[in-house]
Formats: sequence, structure tokens, C-alpha cells
Amino acid sequence: MPVLVPTTLDEAVSAMAADPDAMVLAGGTDTMVEVNAGHRRPSCVVVVNRVSEMRSWTYDPVAATVRIGAAVTYAELLEPPLATLLPALAEASRTVGSPQIRHAGTLGGNLGTCSPAGDGLPVLSALDAVVPLASTAGERSMSVHDFMVGVKRTAREPGELITAVTVPVLSGWQGYAKVGVRNAMVIALATACVAVDTASASVRLAIGSVGPTILRCAQAEAFAASAVDFAASSASADAVRRFAELAAAASHPIDDHRASAAYRRHAIGVLASRLLRRAFPNE
Amino acid sequence: MSDQMSDDATASARVGWNEQYALHVNDEVREVRDAWVGESLLFVLRERLGLMGTKGACEQGECGSCSVMVDGELVCSCLVMAASAVGQRILTIEGIAPIGAPSDVQRAFVDAGAVQCGFCTPGLIMAAHDLLERSVQPSEIEIREELSGNVCRCTGYGRIIEAVQRVSVNRRAGAST
Ligand SMILES: Cc1cc2nc3c(=O)[nH]c(=O)nc-3n(C[C@H](O)[C@H](O)[C@H](O)COP(=O)(O)OP(=O)(O)OC[C@H]3O[C@@H](n4cnc5c(N)ncnc54)[C@H](O)[C@@H]3O)c2cc1C
Ligand code: FES
Ligand code: FES
Repeated sequence: MPVLVPTTLDEAVSAMAADPDAMVLAGGTDTMVEVNAGHRRPSCVVVVNRVSEMRSWTYDPVAATVRIGAAVTYAELLEPPLATLLPALAEASRTVGSPQIRHAGTLGGNLGTCSPAGDGLPVLSALDAVVPLASTAGERSMSVHDFMVGVKRTAREPGELITAVTVPVLSGWQGYAKVGVRNAMVIALATACVAVDTASASVRLAIGSVGPTILRCAQAEAFAASAVDFAASSASADAVRRFAELAAAASHPIDDHRASAAYRRHAIGVLASRLLRRAFPNE
Repeated sequence: MSDQMSDDATASARVGWNEQYALHVNDEVREVRDAWVGESLLFVLRERLGLMGTKGACEQGECGSCSVMVDGELVCSCLVMAASAVGQRILTIEGIAPIGAPSDVQRAFVDAGAVQCGFCTPGLIMAAHDLLERSVQPSEIEIREELSGNVCRCTGYGRIIEAVQRVSVNRRAGAST
């Protein structure tokens, strides 16, 4: 049977073992574009968006993590309580495509495609998410930083399924910002996610669309941790400016048909300074 | 449409080229025969089931003219692999209201002058119905956001928004009497 619609993870994993090169189909919002254009001609398809383990999410308050099934859609990430636990992921989800795309598109599909412009990915990077992968050999987990290898390249092996994403719940402000040609239905030219963790007194910054994959900005993060006042939620204007400079310096954008490298680098500075100011509103 | 139906004689022998399945469309079971596995729901609705109300333009999720409901979710039918929708409830524009008895949303689109060439209309009617199911009194900004997946090249959107607002007002007036 060329199209399999498993409803359990065991069935899905067995289907992948039978044909490790089967096309994995979740919401279809990346794959069907390629199929319609004739760039992909699947002969065997494993549909994952009715696998119950992948359709649900669970919050573990002791570990302070949320395990989000790979086939959870952007529309679902926008709803509380998920949106309250992971506000930056909800903000990023709201910028994806259109309602139609958000009803179908999944976080697992965003990881599977691994575009540098994927809107879910900077958030997963900033929060140090972990990606569990399953095959008939069992489950293995890896950090999202290791999972994302390059432009549309991941560490997923043939026959493996992304089952979920495990995302730490931090104590502190977090947000996502994106620049594109308009507000709806737009591929990002530059993106940034800032996540504050008051417990460890750290500030995380991940940027997208400005390198082969999502980049973390270690220098900007270290600078922010020393320059802001976590208790007073304050950052000086100079600190915000320096944070923006370090963020822009960490980007590796290219010139392409959508924007110049110089524009993208500038945009990263603007996004980083806006997000740091939202995180630390007092001067 | 893309070249989904080309070279069918030799191809039907290949894996994935003689799919048989049934779809549940507008409360009817519809058989699909000798289909290629990669066919989109948009293609199957129009070319195999003769349901021409759902329009196709971009086939890449950008225009929304192919919008349908699958299991209660508004999606682009061009991005749904038809064979993967087995067992799901599909609602197309043909299932919104019987011919000659338009829904309140369809009526409001006509009354507000929100239909010009009409190509975008079926998709927008699907999106507007979905919006008004979930939000009784949507603000203009909410209407704009919820309809942002539907492109109209004629109207400039003002009358479309007005049509949605009229339905919202009428439904609330109806509910309170
Ligand atoms: C009009 C339009 C607008 C868009 N706008 C945006 C946007 O603003 N921001 C953005 O980030 N993206 C956007 N996208 C891209 C797309 O919607 C996202 O990347 C989405 O997350 C893909 O999810 P999906 O479930 O539809 O993936 P699919 O298309 O089903 O799959 C994508 C890839 O991941 C693989 N895959 C999926 N699930 C799994 C799994 N569980 N295990 C292993 N592999 C898997 C598939 O084999 C495929 O290679 C847009 C797409 C369209 C058509
Ligand atoms: S034809 Fe499906 S969105 Fe344009
Ligand atoms: S009325 Fe012509 S595209 Fe909308």
C-alpha cells in the first residue's frame, strides 16, 4: 500500500522500517508544494499526522519541560495553555503563513525541512530544545543544535521519525520577531528569539535566515547576562545598543533575490535591540 | 494543473499509480480509482470528482482559492495529499449550501459587492464561514488576519470585510430576537 496512515507510533515506525526512504508527510505544507511542482514524485508515503503520540503534548512540571508531539500544528501552539507555557513559540507560530497553513503545518515538519527561515526553529534553539527520533531500533534524542546540520539538512537517518520536541520551560520573558516584506504569508528575511532565564540569570539569543541554519549568539548572550539587571528588569540604552551590535556581528547572511546581506545584518541588530528592550523595559 | 496525469499508460504498472480509495466529501462517499498517490485533494476534487467550485491558482498554498475544510480545519486543498484524507470529513464550497439557497455569508458577499470576477470567492466564503463559526463579533483586524490566506485581485478587500461584518451583525441580531 503506497500511502500508509498509521495511528500509533509503533505502526508508523514499522512502516518506516519497511521502506526507509518513504516520504514522511505531516501537514504537507512543504512537501506538497514540491510534489505539485513535480520536484518530488513519491511512490510510498507514510502520513504521520494521525499518529496519536505525535498529535498530543504533555507538560512535566517537575522537569519543567513540555514535550510537543511532532505533528502538533501551529494553530495548536497558538492556544493556551501551550501558548502560556511557551510564549515565544506561540508568537513565532502566529507569523507562519496564513490560517490555512497554520492549521496544517507542524513543528515536526519545520524541523524536517530545516530551512534557515523556519519560524519555529530560532525558538527551539534559544530554548535548547531536544529532538527525540524513533526507529525500530528504538528512540534516540539529540539537542536541536546537533539536529540542524545545514540548509535543509538534518541529522535524521533514513527510517527515522521525529516523534516530538522537548522544550524547557524557562522563568523569564521570551519573545520572537521577524522581518519580511509584509505581515502575512511571508518567508522571513531575518528572525530573532530572545529568551530570558531568571533562574540561571541568562539571556539567550537565536537568529534565523542569516546563516545556513539557526545561529546562537554566544557573545551577545554573555554580554547581556553581565549588562542587564534581572531584578529591576532594566538595561541601559548603551547595553541595548551593544547587544544589537554583537547580534549583527554574529550573523552570516548572504545576498539573494529576497534581500541583501547588509539589509539582513542590519535587520538582526534592529530585532535584537527591540527584543532586549521588551525583555528589560526599564532603562 | 501540473503533469500529474501524464504518461499514465506505462505508469499505472508502477507502484503508487493505481490507487483506489474513497473520500468522504460533503456527506457523501466518493470513490477514487486509478489515481496517482501524489495527487492533491484540489486535483482529485476537480478532475476526478467533478467538484469545480474549489478553485486552483498557485498550487503552493499562497492564494487560498482552494480552501476547504478537512475534519473541521480550514486548509488549502492543494497542499493535502488526497489519498491521505481517507476517513476524514471533507467540506467544499458545494457543501456549504444547496444551489439556489445561498448561505448568509454567500448572500452578504453578493449584497456587499464583494464578488467581482468571483475566482477568489469560493475560498473566501470557506474562510469567512470558518471565521464566523469561531468568532461571533470579529474586529476588523481579526477579519484581516483570518482572511490573510486568501488573495483577491479585484476588490481591494474592503467589501469582503464589510460582508463579513454584515453577517456578524445579522447573526447577533437574529440570535437576540
Ligand atoms: C504558503 C506557505 C507559507 C509558509 N509560510 C511559512 C512561514 O511563514 N514560516 C515557516 O517557518 N514556514 C512557512 N512555510 C513552510 C511550512 O509551512 C513549514 O515549514 C511547516 O512547519 C511544515 O510542516 P508540515 O507539517 O506541513 O510539513 P510537511 O510538508 O509534511 O513535511 C516537511 C518535511 O519534514 C519531513 N517530516 C515531517 N514530519 C516529520 C516527522 N515527524 N519525522 C520526520 N520527518 C518529518 C517531511 O518528510 C518533509 O521533508 C510556508 C509554507 C507555505 C506553503
Ligand atoms: S491553489 Fe491552493 S493556495 Fe493557491
Ligand atoms: S473577485 Fe476577482 S479575485 Fe477576488
